[in-house]
Amino acid sequence: MCLAVPMEIISIADNVADVEIGGVKRQVRLDIIDEAPAIGDYVIVHAGFALRRLDREDALETIKLFQEGLNLELL
Amino acid sequence: MNSFDAFKDPALCRSLLGRLTEEATTPMRFMEVCGTHTVAIFQSGLRSLLPGTITHLTGPGCPVCVTHESEVAAFLELAARDDVIVATFGDLMRVPGPKGANLKTASAEGARVEVVYSPFDALALAKANPDRTVVFLGIGFETTAPTVAATIRLAREQSLDNFLVMSFHKLVPPALRALLADPEARVDAFILPGHVSAIIGVDPYAFLATEYGVPSVITGFEPLDILQALIHIVRMRRDNAPAVINQYSRVVPEHGNQKALAVMAEVFTPVDALWRGLGVLPQSGLAIAEPYAAFDAFKVLGITLKDHPPLPGCRCGEVLKGKMPPNECPLFAKACTPATPVGPCMVSTEGGCAAYFKYRLEA
Repeated sequence: MCLAVPMEIISIADNVADVEIGGVKRQVRLDIIDEAPAIGDYVIVHAGFALRRLDREDALETIKLFQEGLNLELL
Repeated sequence: MNSFDAFKDPALCRSLLGRLTEEATTPMRFMEVCGTHTVAIFQSGLRSLLPGTITHLTGPGCPVCVTHESEVAAFLELAARDDVIVATFGDLMRVPGPKGANLKTASAEGARVEVVYSPFDALALAKANPDRTVVFLGIGFETTAPTVAATIRLAREQSLDNFLVMSFHKLVPPALRALLADPEARVDAFILPGHVSAIIGVDPYAFLATEYGVPSVITGFEPLDILQALIHIVRMRRDNAPAVINQYSRVVPEHGNQKALAVMAEVFTPVDALWRGLGVLPQSGLAIAEPYAAFDAFKVLGITLKDHPPLPGCRCGEVLKGKMPPNECPLFAKACTPATPVGPCMVSTEGGCAAYFKYRLEA
């Protein structure tokens, strides 16, 4: 339940971003992220909110773990 | 080789494991405090490769597992009301309350229960159902609490009067203190949760080292992250130099996420809370603060927590404290399986019992 997943920001409008990981698309709120992200950035997403901006390379490392097994349905 | 490959390099993994085996000469019991770490340690096969001197305990880091029977009874009482739609994360659906009842059985009996992915979706549900009251079940630790706090603030900004939250949020540091205060738990070191720490930062864990002399490492979820954390811990113990090391700085800022902490502090207030297996822990929960009382399901609907005893035979409490490995529970893999869970540690995919069942029995 505390699963938090890195997703790439595709677009931003107001306080909401479209994000994507491995073809799964979501909308996430940006209310509680303390470092404003830009398109192309990765953010850690939990329960429909972006928690934290990630460096792209770091994000790719973490993504691989989730692609390798952890259940994406729990997003 | 780029840094990505290096991070995954099996040779590096073997090398770290070799170093850990060489250095872990004295017995050590470590606990991870996060359900995602539980799964990562089993799934990567790391658990079976750890040196014999190291004992791994699964801790109280699954929010569903620590939701107390009395709290389950409260939200089942809520679900029985005709005027309410319950909105919840999916993994609460099968968590057993008194007499084995759960949200799934309540739903079969006519309760309106909607599974949502985000608390924000519960807000949309309230807008779409103006003739009902939508109550979101606020379960989770510091990772989830700010998302719920932000949602409550949005509900107030939008003047929504049919959206409520029943807050059962819990805080990780007080639970760690309770474990260390319990001599039977015998925890020598902690692997601290990555995403809770992304919100609270490093400082709230300082007491682990300063008051209890217990070394701890905040780390990520790769096998290499966990191996490196264990090497740090073994060295801190060898040198008698306990500290809190942040090994997950790619995600965890030293002082946490100030924006998330601010909204939590605005909407919630710390209260004593009931934990399954751990009992009442002082200042370990988050209730909705007075300025937001109009969104507090307990106050608005007049629901109170009533005393409920633990489920008969279920030893989740001891498992959560590291006093008993799941497979020593008399119900494990007999009366209690993921298909027929008796206790919450078998319900949640992040629970210690479910992880033991999945990865030990298949091995």
